[in-house]
Amino acid sequence: MKINWFKYSAPSTFYPLTHKLVPVFAGLAFLLIMGGLYWGFFQTPDLLTDQKQYYRILYVHVGAAWMSMWLYAVLVFWALIGLIFNTRLAYMLAAATAPTGAIFTFLTLWTGAFWGKTSWGTYWDWDPRMTTELILLFLYIGYMALQSAIDDSRRSDRASALLATVGLVLIPIIFWSVNCPDPNQCAALHQQSSMSQVEGNIRIAWLVTALGFWMFAFMVILMRVKNIILQREQHTTWVKRLICSNEGQQ
Amino acid sequence: MSISEFFSMGGFGYYVWMSMGMALLLMLGEVFVLKSQRKGLIKQIKRTIRREKTRL
Repeated sequence: MKINWFKYSAPSTFYPLTHKLVPVFAGLAFLLIMGGLYWGFFQTPDLLTDQKQYYRILYVHVGAAWMSMWLYAVLVFWALIGLIFNTRLAYMLAAATAPTGAIFTFLTLWTGAFWGKTSWGTYWDWDPRMTTELILLFLYIGYMALQSAIDDSRRSDRASALLATVGLVLIPIIFWSVNCPDPNQCAALHQQSSMSQVEGNIRIAWLVTALGFWMFAFMVILMRVKNIILQREQHTTWVKRLICSNEGQQ
Repeated sequence: MSISEFFSMGGFGYYVWMSMGMALLLMLGEVFVLKSQRKGLIKQIKRTIRREKTRL
Protein backbone atom coordinates (compact mmCIF):
# COMPACT_ATOMS: atom_id res chain seq x y z
CA MET A 1 0.00 0.00 0.00
CA LYS A 2 1.31 3.38 -0.94
CA ILE A 3 0.49 6.26 1.32
CA ASN A 4 0.76 9.77 0.02
CA TRP A 5 2.24 11.50 3.07
CA PHE A 6 2.10 14.91 1.47
CA LYS A 7 -1.65 14.60 1.36
CA TYR A 8 -1.64 14.95 5.14
CA SER A 9 0.58 18.03 5.16
CA ALA A 10 -2.49 20.17 4.50
CA PRO A 11 -4.41 21.08 7.68
CA SER A 12 -7.74 20.31 5.98
CA THR A 13 -6.77 16.67 5.37
CA PHE A 14 -4.77 16.26 8.58
CA TYR A 15 -7.64 17.41 10.78
CA PRO A 16 -10.00 14.46 10.09
CA LEU A 17 -7.09 12.06 10.63
CA THR A 18 -6.50 13.41 14.15
CA HIS A 19 -10.16 12.80 14.90
CA LYS A 20 -9.53 9.08 14.53
CA LEU A 21 -6.15 9.05 16.29
CA VAL A 22 -6.98 10.94 19.50
CA PRO A 23 -9.25 8.21 21.01
CA VAL A 24 -6.69 5.52 20.11
CA PHE A 25 -3.87 7.32 21.97
CA ALA A 26 -6.22 8.17 24.85
CA GLY A 27 -7.07 4.50 25.34
CA LEU A 28 -3.45 3.39 25.11
CA ALA A 29 -2.30 6.10 27.53
CA PHE A 30 -4.94 5.15 30.09
CA LEU A 31 -4.20 1.42 29.90
CA LEU A 32 -0.41 1.76 30.01
CA ILE A 33 -0.25 4.34 32.81
CA MET A 34 -2.80 2.50 34.96
CA GLY A 35 -1.15 -0.85 34.23
CA GLY A 36 2.34 0.49 34.92
CA LEU A 37 1.36 2.15 38.20
CA TYR A 38 -0.62 -0.92 39.31
CA TRP A 39 2.47 -3.03 38.74
CA GLY A 40 4.64 -0.48 40.49
CA PHE A 41 2.48 -0.20 43.59
CA PHE A 42 1.13 -3.74 43.97
CA GLN A 43 3.44 -6.17 42.19
CA THR A 44 6.67 -5.34 43.98
CA PRO A 45 5.92 -7.29 47.19
CA ASP A 46 9.49 -8.00 48.13
CA LEU A 47 10.06 -4.26 48.55
CA LEU A 48 6.95 -3.36 50.50
CA THR A 49 8.65 -3.85 53.85
CA ASP A 50 11.45 -1.55 52.78
CA GLN A 51 11.37 1.78 54.60
CA LYS A 52 12.57 3.68 51.53
CA GLN A 53 9.26 3.60 49.72
CA TYR A 54 9.83 7.08 48.34
CA TYR A 55 11.60 5.36 45.45
CA ARG A 56 8.11 4.99 43.93
CA ILE A 57 8.35 8.63 42.84
CA LEU A 58 10.58 7.32 40.05
CA TYR A 59 7.56 5.99 38.14
CA VAL A 60 6.52 9.54 37.30
CA HIS A 61 9.86 11.31 37.71
CA VAL A 62 11.93 9.38 35.18
CA GLY A 63 9.14 9.11 32.62
CA ALA A 64 8.45 12.83 32.85
CA ALA A 65 12.17 13.64 32.58
CA TRP A 66 12.50 11.54 29.42
CA MET A 67 9.43 13.20 27.93
CA SER A 68 10.72 16.69 28.76
CA MET A 69 13.82 16.04 26.63
CA TRP A 70 12.19 13.93 23.89
CA LEU A 71 9.41 16.42 23.32
CA TYR A 72 11.98 19.17 22.89
CA ALA A 73 13.60 17.09 20.15
CA VAL A 74 10.16 16.58 18.58
CA LEU A 75 9.53 20.33 18.75
CA VAL A 76 12.84 21.07 17.00
CA PHE A 77 12.12 18.36 14.39
CA TRP A 78 8.85 20.06 13.38
CA ALA A 79 10.44 23.51 13.61
CA LEU A 80 13.17 22.41 11.18
CA ILE A 81 10.65 20.81 8.79
CA GLY A 82 8.79 24.11 8.90
CA LEU A 83 11.91 26.16 8.23
CA ILE A 84 13.08 23.91 5.37
CA PHE A 85 9.80 23.12 3.58
CA ASN A 86 7.82 26.14 4.81
CA THR A 87 4.77 24.04 5.67
CA ARG A 88 2.14 25.55 7.94
CA LEU A 89 1.22 22.25 9.57
CA ALA A 90 4.80 21.56 10.72
CA TYR A 91 4.87 24.90 12.55
CA MET A 92 1.49 24.15 14.09
CA LEU A 93 2.78 20.78 15.36
CA ALA A 94 5.85 22.49 16.84
CA ALA A 95 3.63 25.02 18.60
CA ALA A 96 1.36 22.23 19.86
CA THR A 97 4.29 20.30 21.34
CA ALA A 98 5.73 23.10 23.48
CA PRO A 99 3.10 23.35 26.28
CA THR A 100 3.10 19.59 26.83
CA GLY A 101 6.90 19.60 26.96
CA ALA A 102 6.81 22.44 29.47
CA ILE A 103 4.29 20.57 31.63
CA PHE A 104 6.48 17.45 31.70
CA THR A 105 9.53 19.59 32.53
CA PHE A 106 7.67 21.17 35.43
CA LEU A 107 6.51 17.72 36.59
CA THR A 108 10.14 16.51 36.47
CA LEU A 109 11.28 19.39 38.68
CA TRP A 110 8.33 19.00 41.05
CA THR A 111 8.67 15.24 41.57
CA GLY A 112 12.45 15.64 41.71
CA ALA A 113 12.07 18.18 44.51
CA PHE A 114 10.00 15.78 46.62
CA TRP A 115 12.37 12.93 45.90
CA GLY A 116 15.33 15.15 46.72
CA LYS A 117 13.77 16.17 50.05
CA THR A 118 13.58 12.53 51.11
CA SER A 119 16.95 11.32 49.91
CA TRP A 120 19.17 14.43 50.05
CA GLY A 121 17.26 16.44 52.66
CA THR A 122 16.65 19.41 50.35
CA TYR A 123 13.95 20.36 47.83
CA TRP A 124 16.36 22.21 45.61
CA ASP A 125 20.07 22.48 44.91
CA TRP A 126 22.00 24.13 42.09
CA ASP A 127 23.19 20.73 40.90
CA PRO A 128 24.10 20.58 37.16
CA ARG A 129 21.19 18.25 36.29
CA MET A 130 18.60 20.33 38.13
CA THR A 131 19.92 23.65 36.86
CA THR A 132 19.94 22.53 33.21
CA GLU A 133 16.42 21.06 33.56
CA LEU A 134 15.26 24.42 34.94
CA ILE A 135 16.84 26.17 31.94
CA LEU A 136 14.89 23.76 29.70
CA LEU A 137 11.65 24.93 31.36
CA PHE A 138 12.64 28.55 30.63
CA LEU A 139 13.42 27.58 27.04
CA TYR A 140 9.94 26.11 26.55
CA ILE A 141 8.40 29.21 28.13
CA GLY A 142 10.58 31.47 25.96
CA TYR A 143 9.47 29.62 22.83
CA MET A 144 5.80 30.02 23.76
CA ALA A 145 6.25 33.67 24.72
CA LEU A 146 7.98 34.49 21.43
CA GLN A 147 5.29 32.60 19.52
CA SER A 148 2.52 34.67 21.07
CA ALA A 149 4.41 37.98 21.14
CA ILE A 150 4.39 38.44 17.33
CA ASP A 151 0.95 38.92 15.79
CA ASP A 152 1.87 37.78 12.27
CA SER A 153 1.82 33.98 12.61
CA ARG A 154 4.23 33.44 9.70
CA ARG A 155 6.86 35.61 11.37
CA SER A 156 6.25 34.27 14.87
CA ASP A 157 6.51 30.69 13.55
CA ARG A 158 9.88 31.33 11.93
CA ALA A 159 11.34 33.32 14.82
CA SER A 160 10.30 30.80 17.48
CA ALA A 161 11.47 27.89 15.30
CA LEU A 162 14.91 29.48 15.14
CA LEU A 163 14.98 29.97 18.92
CA ALA A 164 13.96 26.33 19.47
CA THR A 165 16.66 25.07 17.10
CA VAL A 166 19.40 27.05 18.84
CA GLY A 167 18.17 25.75 22.19
CA LEU A 168 18.67 22.15 21.07
CA VAL A 169 22.29 22.30 22.35
CA LEU A 170 20.85 22.11 25.87
CA ILE A 171 19.50 18.56 25.46
CA PRO A 172 22.87 16.71 25.34
CA ILE A 173 24.08 18.97 28.17
CA ILE A 174 21.16 17.84 30.37
CA PHE A 175 21.72 14.23 29.34
CA TRP A 176 25.41 14.20 30.28
CA SER A 177 25.18 16.64 33.19
CA VAL A 178 25.34 13.77 35.71
CA ASN A 179 28.64 12.55 34.31
CA CYS A 180 30.84 15.05 36.01
CA PRO A 181 34.33 14.74 34.49
CA ASP A 182 36.14 15.96 37.59
CA PRO A 183 34.48 15.66 41.01
CA ASN A 184 36.65 18.50 42.31
CA GLN A 185 35.24 20.85 39.68
CA CYS A 186 31.57 20.05 39.96
CA ALA A 187 29.71 18.19 42.67
CA ALA A 188 26.70 16.41 41.20
CA LEU A 189 24.00 15.43 43.68
CA HIS A 190 21.87 13.76 41.06
CA GLN A 191 22.67 10.10 40.60
CA GLN A 192 23.55 8.55 37.27
CA SER A 193 21.13 6.35 35.38
CA SER A 194 20.72 3.03 37.17
CA MET A 195 18.29 1.25 34.88
CA SER A 196 20.35 -1.94 34.66
CA GLN A 197 20.65 -2.34 38.45
CA VAL A 198 16.97 -1.86 39.22
CA GLU A 199 14.84 -4.84 40.23
CA GLY A 200 12.89 -6.37 37.31
CA ASN A 201 9.35 -5.60 38.46
CA ILE A 202 10.21 -2.00 39.18
CA ARG A 203 11.81 -1.65 35.75
CA ILE A 204 8.74 -3.07 34.00
CA ALA A 205 6.41 -0.73 35.90
CA TRP A 206 8.64 2.24 35.14
CA LEU A 207 9.02 1.50 31.41
CA VAL A 208 5.30 0.77 30.90
CA THR A 209 4.36 4.04 32.65
CA ALA A 210 6.90 5.93 30.53
CA LEU A 211 5.39 4.42 27.37
CA GLY A 212 1.97 5.54 28.65
CA PHE A 213 3.38 9.07 28.99
CA TRP A 214 4.39 8.92 25.31
CA MET A 215 0.84 7.96 24.33
CA PHE A 216 -0.56 10.73 26.55
CA ALA A 217 1.77 13.22 24.86
CA PHE A 218 0.62 12.11 21.39
CA MET A 219 -2.99 12.49 22.49
CA VAL A 220 -2.74 16.01 23.94
CA ILE A 221 -0.46 17.26 21.13
CA LEU A 222 -3.01 16.12 18.55
CA MET A 223 -5.83 17.68 20.58
CA ARG A 224 -3.90 20.95 20.73
CA VAL A 225 -2.98 20.94 17.04
CA LYS A 226 -6.70 20.54 16.25
CA ASN A 227 -7.40 23.68 18.28
CA ILE A 228 -4.56 25.55 16.57
CA ILE A 229 -5.88 24.53 13.15
CA LEU A 230 -9.39 25.73 14.05
CA GLN A 231 -7.96 28.97 15.42
CA ARG A 232 -5.76 29.77 12.45
CA GLU A 233 -8.01 28.51 9.67
CA GLN A 234 -11.31 29.76 11.07
CA HIS A 235 -11.92 32.01 8.08
CA THR A 236 -11.51 29.24 5.50
CA THR A 237 -14.45 27.54 3.83
CA TRP A 238 -13.46 24.04 4.94
CA VAL A 239 -13.50 24.96 8.64
CA LYS A 240 -16.87 26.68 8.30
CA ARG A 241 -18.27 23.69 6.45
CA LEU A 242 -16.83 21.36 9.11
CA ILE A 243 -18.36 23.33 11.97
CA CYS A 244 -21.77 23.33 10.25
CA SER A 245 -21.56 19.58 9.65
CA ASN A 246 -21.84 17.01 12.41
CA GLU A 247 -18.13 16.39 12.66
CA GLY A 248 -17.58 19.82 14.14
CA GLN A 249 -19.70 18.92 17.15
CA GLN A 250 -17.37 16.16 18.28
CA MET B 1 -1.13 -4.80 53.82
CA SER B 2 -3.90 -2.51 55.06
CA ILE B 3 -5.17 0.59 53.30
CA SER B 4 -3.59 2.96 55.82
CA GLU B 5 -0.29 1.12 55.48
CA PHE B 6 -0.51 1.56 51.73
CA PHE B 7 -1.15 5.30 51.96
CA SER B 8 1.55 5.89 54.53
CA MET B 9 4.21 4.46 52.16
CA GLY B 10 6.48 3.58 55.05
CA GLY B 11 6.30 7.15 56.37
CA PHE B 12 6.98 8.75 52.99
CA GLY B 13 3.33 9.09 51.97
CA TYR B 14 3.46 12.89 51.78
CA TYR B 15 6.31 12.85 49.23
CA VAL B 16 4.96 9.98 47.14
CA TRP B 17 1.39 11.31 46.96
CA MET B 18 2.45 14.90 46.33
CA SER B 19 4.34 13.60 43.28
CA MET B 20 1.59 11.29 42.05
CA GLY B 21 -1.07 13.92 42.76
CA MET B 22 0.70 16.61 40.75
CA ALA B 23 1.11 14.20 37.82
CA LEU B 24 -2.61 13.41 37.91
CA LEU B 25 -3.59 17.07 38.30
CA LEU B 26 -1.43 18.27 35.39
CA MET B 27 -2.46 15.49 33.00
CA LEU B 28 -6.20 15.75 33.69
CA GLY B 29 -5.93 19.54 33.75
CA GLU B 30 -4.25 19.65 30.35
CA VAL B 31 -6.99 17.53 28.76
CA PHE B 32 -9.70 19.63 30.44
CA VAL B 33 -8.18 22.93 29.29
CA LEU B 34 -7.85 21.68 25.70
CA LYS B 35 -11.46 20.49 25.66
CA SER B 36 -12.86 23.78 26.94
CA GLN B 37 -10.60 25.70 24.55
CA ARG B 38 -12.08 23.68 21.68
CA LYS B 39 -15.64 24.35 22.84
CA GLY B 40 -14.92 28.08 22.93
CA LEU B 41 -13.39 28.04 19.45
CA ILE B 42 -16.34 26.20 17.93
CA LYS B 43 -18.76 28.64 19.57
CA GLN B 44 -16.77 31.59 18.25
CA ILE B 45 -16.66 30.22 14.68
CA LYS B 46 -20.40 29.50 14.77
CA ARG B 47 -21.04 33.09 15.84
CA THR B 48 -18.96 34.36 12.90
CA ILE B 49 -20.88 32.14 10.47
CA ARG B 50 -24.21 33.44 11.82
CA ARG B 51 -23.07 37.05 11.54
CA GLU B 52 -21.98 36.52 7.93
CA LYS B 53 -25.33 34.98 7.06
CA THR B 54 -27.34 37.90 8.47
CA ARG B 55 -25.18 40.37 6.61
CA LEU B 56 -26.00 38.79 3.26
